[in-house]
Amino acid sequence: MNSKSRYLVAAASLVLILVFFFPLWKISLAAPQYPEGKGLFIWTNKITGESPHDLQIINGLNHYIGMKSITPEAIPELKIMPFVVIFFMLTGMAVGLKGSRKVLLAWLVLFVIAGMVGIYDFYSWEYDYGHNLNPNAPIKVPGMSYQPPLIGSKQLLNFTATSMPEIGGFAIFGSMFLAALAYFLEWKSKKGSP
Amino acid sequence: MEYKNSLKRILCCSLMFLLLGFVSFGCAKKEKQGVSKEATKEAAIKVYVPPGSHDEMYSFMSGGFSGQVSVYGIPSGRLLKVISVFSQNPETGYGYSEESKPMLNTSYGFVPWDDSHHPEFSQTDGIPDGRWLFINGNNTPRIARIDLRDFETAEIIEIPNSSGNHASPFTTMNSEYVVAATRFSVPIPQKDVPIKSYKENFKGTISFIKVDPKTGKMEVAFQILVPGFDYDLAHCGKGPSHGWAFFTCYNSEQAHTLLEINASKNDKDFVAAVNWKLAEKYLAEGKGKDMPASYYHNYINEETRVAKSERVDKVKVLDPKDCPGLIYYLPTPKSPHGVDVDPSGEYIVAGGKLATVLPVHSFSKMLKAIESKQVEGNIEGIPVLKYDAVIAGEVKNPGLGPLHTEFDGNGYAYTSAFISSEIVKWKLGTWEVVDRAPTYYSIGHLSIPGGDSRKPWGKYAIAINKIAKDRFLPTGPALCQSAQLYDITGNKMKLLLDFPLIGEPHYAQGIPAELLSKNNLKIYPLENNRNPFAIMMEEDAKVERKGNEIHVKMIAVRSHLTPDNIEGVEVGDKVYFHVTNQEQDWDIAHGFAVQGNRNSQLAIMPGETKTLLWEPKAVGVYTFYCTDFCSALHQEMQGYVRVSAHGSGVPISYGTGK
Repeated sequence: MNSKSRYLVAAASLVLILVFFFPLWKISLAAPQYPEGKGLFIWTNKITGESPHDLQIINGLNHYIGMKSITPEAIPELKIMPFVVIFFMLTGMAVGLKGSRKVLLAWLVLFVIAGMVGIYDFYSWEYDYGHNLNPNAPIKVPGMSYQPPLIGSKQLLNFTATSMPEIGGFAIFGSMFLAALAYFLEWKSKKGSP
Repeated sequence: MEYKNSLKRILCCSLMFLLLGFVSFGCAKKEKQGVSKEATKEAAIKVYVPPGSHDEMYSFMSGGFSGQVSVYGIPSGRLLKVISVFSQNPETGYGYSEESKPMLNTSYGFVPWDDSHHPEFSQTDGIPDGRWLFINGNNTPRIARIDLRDFETAEIIEIPNSSGNHASPFTTMNSEYVVAATRFSVPIPQKDVPIKSYKENFKGTISFIKVDPKTGKMEVAFQILVPGFDYDLAHCGKGPSHGWAFFTCYNSEQAHTLLEINASKNDKDFVAAVNWKLAEKYLAEGKGKDMPASYYHNYINEETRVAKSERVDKVKVLDPKDCPGLIYYLPTPKSPHGVDVDPSGEYIVAGGKLATVLPVHSFSKMLKAIESKQVEGNIEGIPVLKYDAVIAGEVKNPGLGPLHTEFDGNGYAYTSAFISSEIVKWKLGTWEVVDRAPTYYSIGHLSIPGGDSRKPWGKYAIAINKIAKDRFLPTGPALCQSAQLYDITGNKMKLLLDFPLIGEPHYAQGIPAELLSKNNLKIYPLENNRNPFAIMMEEDAKVERKGNEIHVKMIAVRSHLTPDNIEGVEVGDKVYFHVTNQEQDWDIAHGFAVQGNRNSQLAIMPGETKTLLWEPKAVGVYTFYCTDFCSALHQEMQGYVRVSAHGSGVPISYGTGK
């Protein structure tokens, strides 16, 4: 691989360090009686509230509609994700050093698959929380479920729920993009040279 | 023909009179209203705070005979809060909950009310710093300190050897001290003597209460025993006069009956100038005598939020006869009320209620007079300085019955004149009156934000009036008191707004909103709650019997109480409901009351624990519930407690959802 591509691959690996400093995803909740807004940050290893007690408050509000409490300790993905990211950081650096175009492709494909698994996992977690409701919930709206959107906004009773990636999430997409760009440049130069 | 002409003349004249009558009546009516039609739009824009916005400033007003402190937003004049200080308040449970009852302990016993007069901010370098608000209790001499992070009373200290604690709680430049003094002379110490022995037996005290700079904790550092006059008001020096405190006194006649006449005889009474820095030196030299006294010091423990009550049994007293240079009398016409020190610290303005001029003493001249011994007499060891040696100037035509003066920081002073019902604006240094604004009606005190500090914020003046009459919709014989907001940014004062007040405010302190809102507490963090009966989790809810006491550790959270079914209580038991509000969400309070409880409900803030004592007198099943609308299912937030006969042996059992 030429040096430009190597730098791109190195950048793709290093940018992943951001996920240890910034959340991956944010779910915001807005309602008339919450002018200050409520929010949840999903990190690789924890779930925190946007303001100090948001997680506890959201759990308190959710019990009215029968949603389970969000207990970060009981979510196994939060224990696995940090290691997955570290794995891709280290292997990415190795790919950059080795310089093989084919290995880069393998890394990229594996990374994208891992990302898709993550997204699907997130979706099914949201589905579970939004659909498996306590039958004795005080507030029962027939046919209503409370799955937050995967990405974008959705009205859930008096709350507007908005789900968007955060800096950590963008870092992962960015990393994939940089790696893909490196592969594309390699592929083009390979094609171009006689 | 002639007859017809005179008739015409008479008709014309009558018509003219009628017309003049209507015109003058119309004009008079407009003046009575206070804001002309042309000025209304401008005034409205200045005081309207649109939905979604906040007021510019806070104004803290004393409640007077309500015993509390009220908080208003300026310029809208809207009531934001009533802070419980000296009076029991069923709206919050202050003075009824077990945690707060000790705050109202005094050497007279539990006192559920007082008369609060003068709020005063803590100051740093002569400027209100937004940490604490001090307020005096006039009837049972006390000073309270309010914490401005949560707007709750944190501490109350009783003043010994005192009565009518009116000249209080004015602060020194860095809140080293807040002061107190006796408006009513009494035998010190108290003893059984005939009232007409006033001149022999009755004395006054001027007290200095030390304020801890970190915690705000108060302590009566020392008292000065003074002649039996009525020490009415005070203000402490600033800048060059820092280190001194000034107290007006009237009744130098030392009358003990019909003071209305007998205390108004002398042409001049006094401003007492006290050198407290020198007092500190004398105390260090051991001149202070320990006098036995009995007074209470009550304060909230910050961690447990439980009030503690301590009895103090002595106080240090200085006698002016042993302490030359400690205190001087400055002659002041006539039965003076307010004493106010201008922002530069040089001018000391005394409002002589019955005087025809407003005397302004000069601090620098006073020091010179002391040095050159310009003394015209001596009262019980206290030198009386010559009037002409200390006076800087006299404001002529200051209105009838001048009382209090505040300053705008631009070289002008504003004095309230009670009898002529006006604010009189005059220039410092030239003593000329530049503007007068009528008040509706009978202004007592006035307040300019920072108006008694080293750097007033100015902009507004609030007149606090004693008589409301027709300013608002009538509400029977007992009417609210009225405040009026004036714009003082221009040369002439402009009336903007009338607004009603609770209780009877005697004074107010204004401050820009950001200085307080930046430190505002939204909730009490649950993890910091060290109340001995607090619980964090519903699983920890418990009901325990200790002899004839039952302790219920309860959690209130949307929307249930845990436990909500309790059995095993017997007639004659003292049942303590310790309720913890488990919420950590903004503005989600829970209330608590038990059927027939003979105290009040509790208002419990997020993260807080409050305790209600209930003593059932008959068997049955009683109900309790949340009294503060907290959630969609607030109505369902109820519970039952079963009371069995004394000695029935029904076992304690409790729970929610079992």
